[in-house]
Amino acid sequence: MIGQVWAWLTDPEHWSGPDGIPSRLGEHLSYSFLALLVAALVAIPLGLWIGHTGRARWLVSSTNAVRAIPSLGLLFAAALYLGPYLRGSAAFLVPGLIVLILLAMPPLLAGTYAGVEAVDPAARDAAKGMGMTGRQVLLGVEMPCALPLLLSGVRSATLQVVGTAVIAAYISLGGLGAYLSEGLNIGDYPMVAGGALLVATLALVLDLALAGLTRLVVSPGLGGTRRTVARQTSRTRRGAGTATNSVPPPSHPSTPRESRAS
Amino acid sequence: MTWFLEHADVVGRLAVQHAYLAGVPLLIGLVLALPLGWLAQRGGPWRPILLTGTGLLYTIPSLALFVLIPLVLGTRILDPVNVLVAMTIYTIALLVRSVADGLASVPAETAAAATAMGYGGWRRLVTVELPLAIPVIAAGLRVAAVSNVSIVSVASLIGVAQLGSLLTDGYQRFYGEVLLVGIAACVVLALLFDVVIVGVTRLLTPWARAGRGARPGSGPGSHAGSGAGSGGGPRAGGAA
Repeated sequence: MIGQVWAWLTDPEHWSGPDGIPSRLGEHLSYSFLALLVAALVAIPLGLWIGHTGRARWLVSSTNAVRAIPSLGLLFAAALYLGPYLRGSAAFLVPGLIVLILLAMPPLLAGTYAGVEAVDPAARDAAKGMGMTGRQVLLGVEMPCALPLLLSGVRSATLQVVGTAVIAAYISLGGLGAYLSEGLNIGDYPMVAGGALLVATLALVLDLALAGLTRLVVSPGLGGTRRTVARQTSRTRRGAGTATNSVPPPSHPSTPRESRAS
Repeated sequence: MTWFLEHADVVGRLAVQHAYLAGVPLLIGLVLALPLGWLAQRGGPWRPILLTGTGLLYTIPSLALFVLIPLVLGTRILDPVNVLVAMTIYTIALLVRSVADGLASVPAETAAAATAMGYGGWRRLVTVELPLAIPVIAAGLRVAAVSNVSIVSVASLIGVAQLGSLLTDGYQRFYGEVLLVGIAACVVLALLFDVVIVGVTRLLTPWARAGRGARPGSGPGSHAGSGAGSGGGPRAGGAA
């Protein structure tokens, strides 16, 4: 069975044309990216605003409740109720994209809000004390400090969107999920498993890439990610020659950059 | 409403099947996640292996996991066992971190007090640390339950009957009511799971309410021994 799957994956015929793996992968990535972009443009500013002002917190918890709605049901409902109002290729694309955007929003909103909420009040007060305006506090202090949680929201949103885009093939959105829906329809298991392997690989690669991005862009002074804390602790131990196990206190956003360079 | 009223028995049967496919993996996953989370919490090389490994398993989209499991286990492609295994994997992936975080949240003084009272490592873990970790573990379990109920519906695409069958059926027959009944039933089932978990958690952690009410200053640790030590008695504690 594994041999057949491998044969399907390596068959050159499956690597060209509109049904080929590159074009399906391109579809999958472009729909996912488009949905994430639109969702981020709405949810991240909204999350920053809610976290900064402390207003409308109910919005965060209510979007979380959306998780109980099965995404398959949302996809089918969107296709069934929106499809008739749309013409041409939009009838296939728009309902799927709308659902992907809706599903990307709760993790983005929750991550951004939680990030701003978790900012050390002392850092916020210090920024105010230095004479920063509300906007400067938000963009210069709260946002960089919120970045680890914000990016973990982006990670879960990406997983959600890439995974849902797989079953969106059932409402004709295309993408890599088409191999699964088509293969299951005609009983071609190598095609199903091959498509599933591609989908799983895509999800893993995207998640690892975002994890790497998080390590790159998060200020090393934050200690928001475990790795930075661990590295800094070992650095402190080696540098100072002490055997302390304590995690270094969160330092100011202006921590020297050199500690990240390694 | 007419379709639902005429087919309430069908919806009921599918709901039972759905609860089975989502609930059994939840219990198995919890049982397996307890030792794994304990291992991860102890630190050392196991921590990154377990936390990263389970995190990566969670990234695999559900439909892909459903159809890849036969490749690993040699089961039939449309076998419901694939769904049970996949849901167990997702549950473990979510809960290992919750268990590790929960055990880490136990105050060091409480653990030290238990040791000073003569509790051995194993007894301290089971009767003091684990009960005190329940709130954090339960929070993870609630997330896993809601996500399981939602994901199981996808199994209708590989022909495993549960509430998701109403979704595919409604869509294929352009029958909006069937689809909406399916969505509503999934949401109700998710809520039901949530209510049960919250209720059981309240029964198992009577000190949480006692501490909040009469003695706000007292730490949770002082009640842990009595709450867990009574063994079959959490129900009595909950009624108080």
